[in-house]
Amino acid sequence: MNKTPEQINQDLLRPIYHTTWRFYAAATVLTALVLAAFFAWGYQIYFGIGVSGLNRPVFWAFYITNFVFWIGISHAGTLISAILRVSNAGWRRPVTRCAEAITVFALSISGMFPLIHLGRPWLFFWLIPYPTERGIWPQFRSPLLWDFFAINTYLIGSVTFLVLPSFPDFALIRDRASGWRKKVYSIVSLGWRGTPKQWHRLEMAMRIMAVAIIPVAVSVHTIVSWDFAMAPVPGWHSTIFGPYFVAGAIFSGIAALIIAMALLRKLLHLEEYLRPIHFDNLGKLLLVMSLLWFYFVFAERLTTWYGNFPSEMSVFWSTQVGSFSPLFWTMVFCNFIIPAPILAIKNLRNKIGWTVAASIPIIIGMWLERFLIIVPSLSHKIMPYNFGSYRPSWVEITITAGTFAGMGLLYLIFSRVFPIISIWELKLGMGKETKAPALASQATAAEQP
Amino acid sequence: MVIDEDRCTGCEACVAACHAENNIATVGGDQAARGRAMHWIRVERYYEGDFPDIRVKYRPVLCQQCNDAPCEPVCPTYASYHNPEGLNAQIYNRCIGTRYCANACPYLVRVFNFYNPVWDKPLNLQLNPDVSVRSVGIMEKCTFCIQRIKTAEIKAQAEKRPLKDGEFNPACVQSCPTNAMVFGDLNDPESRVSRLSRSSRGTKLLEDLGTHPAVTYLKRDTWHDEQNA
Repeated sequence: MNKTPEQINQDLLRPIYHTTWRFYAAATVLTALVLAAFFAWGYQIYFGIGVSGLNRPVFWAFYITNFVFWIGISHAGTLISAILRVSNAGWRRPVTRCAEAITVFALSISGMFPLIHLGRPWLFFWLIPYPTERGIWPQFRSPLLWDFFAINTYLIGSVTFLVLPSFPDFALIRDRASGWRKKVYSIVSLGWRGTPKQWHRLEMAMRIMAVAIIPVAVSVHTIVSWDFAMAPVPGWHSTIFGPYFVAGAIFSGIAALIIAMALLRKLLHLEEYLRPIHFDNLGKLLLVMSLLWFYFVFAERLTTWYGNFPSEMSVFWSTQVGSFSPLFWTMVFCNFIIPAPILAIKNLRNKIGWTVAASIPIIIGMWLERFLIIVPSLSHKIMPYNFGSYRPSWVEITITAGTFAGMGLLYLIFSRVFPIISIWELKLGMGKETKAPALASQATAAEQP
Repeated sequence: MVIDEDRCTGCEACVAACHAENNIATVGGDQAARGRAMHWIRVERYYEGDFPDIRVKYRPVLCQQCNDAPCEPVCPTYASYHNPEGLNAQIYNRCIGTRYCANACPYLVRVFNFYNPVWDKPLNLQLNPDVSVRSVGIMEKCTFCIQRIKTAEIKAQAEKRPLKDGEFNPACVQSCPTNAMVFGDLNDPESRVSRLSRSSRGTKLLEDLGTHPAVTYLKRDTWHDEQNA
């Protein structure tokens, strides 16, 4: 890329200063969908959780599916960006911030689902350990409480991870803006002046965060998987669930990242920043995860089938040939049979359209996977007298659609408020041989008066 | 509790009695068809053999009051907990409706209030004042009629005497016309329920899960079958 720092500034800050009618149109549509979801939630709170399709024995379904799915998507960001930072992959620079933003938004959305699914959501704060008039702590042996702590830790960690490297860019906007923008960005840039000391501290903080966030991210999805694995339910009680969920999470996360990047590239005209090489590299990662995912599914299915426990087999057959089999085989197609060949062929992988074509089915497939982990097991618990079934209601479907719209809306607004590509890191990458503090002056040269 | 499958005729008097005693809502046919019926005790019906040589077997299933209950540790708010007498107590006020306990329960004896309960007239006039009424979003289940246990205990305490075996019974046991169910204190090795639970016909439901249920089922004596053959 042969661009001067000033050209980079102009390219990447353009969305912050100029909004088109298309932005408002998209924002309106997405807001309407989000409002519909909130209406559905209000309806559910008013009339009772019975307006969903839940029943006995399927006490968990769409809401928990969405919860696990969105936490999975959230692994796009922080984990991938942390791994790329730790391994010092040079091509990561234009990718990291879009990825970290996905994490924060997907995690916020998924964090709403444990509330939405409660029978009495107005009492959710009873999960928080604080001294109460009730005189009891929450039950620390409950995986749901582990969830509560894991998600909050991850949310705080990933917000920090997103915001920390944004200060230099906020300062850049502050220096170039006037009016209300100047005021807002003066506050959010927290007095960043680009002194060598500040650069040094930022570098240190990012280095610590990148290492620290990896075990947090892995533990979050492991704990989510333990919500299931700890219960004596056929198909749930499995030691494979921790790594299986983490792998699936990274898998769906990368797919979401590729789709988001392709959209940004198109809509914000970032063709020269998000280049085919980035999609190619992410495509390789996606291929690895697709193979790993298939390995996990195969290992899980084979051991279940070979073990031949009657209770487990009723779940097994319901997904392989029974009523859930159309969903199961769609999932296998979406997660492996369609994307794996596309991503394995170099001439397809390095074309952006093809990597996106491989990513979209993965999003669908991974959502189905979460559904297929939860519902077939619950509808075929140990006592056959109580087998059941499940069908979602309009409330659950509306809320699910609303979360996808919400993700789009948050991301849309984000891309208008944050520089979606980390400007200083991009510039840093252009002068690899120089050290960071020296480069800092170069990076901030543009905004010197 | 001991349940003799040999004696159960599947009349479901226990189910009706339980509803009346414990203020359990009737949800109506529509909701029941969607799997939201709220019986704390149900009579499972199994058929053995092929028509016309068919035998029906009934098995009343209620909360097994497990000693190692899977429902207890998963509840984040201690709504489901083990009380000092060894019962799986359900504290309605603490329940926020995660429904995790119901997923963990292998016997599926927990029922959930998907809506606020309604009692059609005149059923609203026969609510039991000793039992709290549960609102929407709360999990509930068989308590072994804890209100009756407490009443009897308080009465015995007031009269300064130990509780007698068979002094009181839960609604299901009381209403069973064939005396298929026996209730008592398993901690007392001489009680009737303790002696019956040691019977060679005794089995536990899903015993291999290691939940250590407090309900013993006495399986059907095949001697009668052999006499009739």
